[in-house]
Amino acid sequence: MITLTPLRKFTFPVQAECISPDVFQGKDTAEIAKLPVYEGNKPKKLSDLFKIEEDGAETPSITINGDVSEVRRIGQGMKNGEIVINGNVGMHLGEKMAGGKITVNGDACQWAGSSMKNGLIEVHGNAGDYLASPYRGVSEGMRGGKIVVDGNVGSDSGAYMRGGLIKIKGSNIGQFLGFHMRDGIIHVEKDASTRVGTNMTGGKIVVSGKIDEVMPTFTIDNVKPKVKIDDTESAAGPFYVFLGDLAEHGTGKIFVSKANNPHLKTYEKYL
Amino acid sequence: MAELLIKNGFVFDPLNGINGEKMDIAIRNGKIVKKVHEHRVKTIDASGLTIMPGGIDIHTHIAGGEVNTGRIVRPEDHVKDAVSKTAITRSGTGYSVPSTFITGYRYSKMGYTTVMNPSMAPLEAKHTHEELNDIPLLDKATYPLIGDWWFVLEYLQKGDLEGCARHVAWMLDTTKGYAIKIVNPGGLESWGFGHNVHSIDDQVPNFCITPREIICGLAKVNKMLNLPHSIHLHTNNLGLPGNYVTTLETMKALESVPYEGRPVCHITHLQFSSFGGDSWGNMRSAAEEISKYINNHSHMTFDMGQVIFTDTTTMTADGPFEYTLYQLSGHKWVNGDVETETSGGIIPFHYKRSNAVNATQWSIGLELALLIDDPWKMFLTTDHPNGGPFIAYPRILAWLMSKNARMATLKRCHKKAQKKSLLPSINRELSLYELAIMTRAGQAKALGLKNKGHLGVGADADIAIYNINPETTDIARKYKTVRRAFKHAAYTIKDGKIVVKDGEVVGHVDGRTMWLDVQTAEPCTIDEDMKSKFKQYWTVEYDNYPVYDHYVKVKDPITVKANV
Repeated sequence: MITLTPLRKFTFPVQAECISPDVFQGKDTAEIAKLPVYEGNKPKKLSDLFKIEEDGAETPSITINGDVSEVRRIGQGMKNGEIVINGNVGMHLGEKMAGGKITVNGDACQWAGSSMKNGLIEVHGNAGDYLASPYRGVSEGMRGGKIVVDGNVGSDSGAYMRGGLIKIKGSNIGQFLGFHMRDGIIHVEKDASTRVGTNMTGGKIVVSGKIDEVMPTFTIDNVKPKVKIDDTESAAGPFYVFLGDLAEHGTGKIFVSKANNPHLKTYEKYL
Repeated sequence: MAELLIKNGFVFDPLNGINGEKMDIAIRNGKIVKKVHEHRVKTIDASGLTIMPGGIDIHTHIAGGEVNTGRIVRPEDHVKDAVSKTAITRSGTGYSVPSTFITGYRYSKMGYTTVMNPSMAPLEAKHTHEELNDIPLLDKATYPLIGDWWFVLEYLQKGDLEGCARHVAWMLDTTKGYAIKIVNPGGLESWGFGHNVHSIDDQVPNFCITPREIICGLAKVNKMLNLPHSIHLHTNNLGLPGNYVTTLETMKALESVPYEGRPVCHITHLQFSSFGGDSWGNMRSAAEEISKYINNHSHMTFDMGQVIFTDTTTMTADGPFEYTLYQLSGHKWVNGDVETETSGGIIPFHYKRSNAVNATQWSIGLELALLIDDPWKMFLTTDHPNGGPFIAYPRILAWLMSKNARMATLKRCHKKAQKKSLLPSINRELSLYELAIMTRAGQAKALGLKNKGHLGVGADADIAIYNINPETTDIARKYKTVRRAFKHAAYTIKDGKIVVKDGEVVGHVDGRTMWLDVQTAEPCTIDEDMKSKFKQYWTVEYDNYPVYDHYVKVKDPITVKANV
């Protein structure tokens, strides 16, 4: 196991895509120390910014102790292994990751799990905007894997999603959740805000708490007693099922808790 | 200015009939001269290397409103292709829509020295010239879109060709343009009202005129003005199954324009105009029909518009076609309407081997290039970035010169496309001499560029040197080596200065902007009636409209004596 400890507080963004179990594998601390990173526009070595220690433990592969909220692209493209971050972490955490596990005991910034293909990301604090969403302009979002956020998330999360599962346990969620979603499941255990599922053409968004509004381009389909989330879990209802986004000829589904949303009762007359 | 001597290279100079002869080339003051003092000048030892005139691209979207909007809608295109600065070059980004500097560097690395920007809405002329000013290492020119310009339509409708010619001469000067560009004639005007024209005899809404009359009228105007290039035409019904019928009709219609030994029209990105079948399901190649006609007639020139299997950005003034593409792909779509002038559209597009239509398109481009016997008629382009970015030219050269190369790619294509492709039955493999025609000499001839595309005395010293030994290399079998050589020129010389060495940019030249200074019997000005129309129809004042000379950084006006 490699333990990284930041030597100081970073004031400029640090680009550190080299912090990944796949890159560290088979390298000793001297080699890891030489890995290239950028601090602002200055090329540096990893050892210029972090104290690097190694011990014999097998898992997790990498532990980062301390605030790394300015360090970006940790675990980018990782295929296996495990990273534990004890502190806040910067943007693009686990971007395009294809396997392994990342645990954040703190908050994650924007674009965590961006376009990920497989693996697991657990954020025990809050996550920023664009959780699991692709980089601007790209239309290929999250394809598989799982993201669990214990706290709140920002806006535009799960955009262009094509598979996988996102579980959000906080009650403060930004707008445009599941924007342009094509497939996969987003489960919001508490409340969601507005413009959920805009432009979605497929997939499921489950809101177990209160939802501020359902977009007018969605139509009510039926009421279901429960929804399957994954192989082991299902959410208890009853749920209103909305179909949309009709502006995109979509067949996505938004499941909204009946008990927590009395303001949607008017939709029942269209059933 | 420095003198330069290139010694012992194998020279391919089709315009002077030189096919791989070993000879020396002397340069003084940016021009090719008979000889220089051998002991005093800098010498490049080119023994075992191939020397060609600098490459010329007759049709490549590198600047202007469309290209810039393309850059704006494609951040994902830039993030995957970022280029750092060096001591000489500037930084930049972009794969299919590169920034201006990167465009210049990448062309130059492939040995290109002259490029033509084919689509400029006259209203965007200033913007286009600002971008052209910023593209280094290349000479450039741009063609204004005139085919759907209201006043031209009015003149043609009245049958006043002389008036039209004077107006076009004014347009070329006002926009600092080089040729008459016509895109989907009549269709763009219709698109302003949500319609399109579907054959060359359809009526254009609000004008009593048909595409046939626009094309033939402007071809005649082109003759009257003695312009060096012919009209540059993007055909009607482009990119739709069965459109080869329209293309054949267009070519037949142009037989009515007197030939007089010079081509009357250049049909651009011919691949997109050669689809057979009647729906996307049974779309097939019509390369056989088209090339048969072309082999029997000599009044026109063409370029390929080859498709590359990659993620690219389509951009054209053909708004209705881009709408069709949007319906097919569902990708982000930009639709534009430039006042009374033209329309425009942009869609990112990914050409895939696994898609039967895309794979057939790929095949059509190569079939056309190989089935048209005369390389002086058919030039190499990808219609950058519509068929693919220009950096793919070396790959196309490999497909043209080696059957093995194209069969290796065909084998990986969609089964349906493989079955329909004519490529297995074509054994032609182009020689370096023919490739030199398709990439420089033929294009220079079609464009009427007297000092470019050849290495005779007096020509501009724009030279590409490639690491290919034609004596020892069998280019059809060693296509990978040749492809690499074309990708990274050993030397590119622009105006007598070495700008690229071993595939790296080592020098800087600004590059000139060419435009036509058409001299008519009476000076062409715009009358008060037109000025009042400017007030009515345009968002800019007339006085702010023309591109004045000081806008162009390095000026190279070409004087043309018109017959009107």
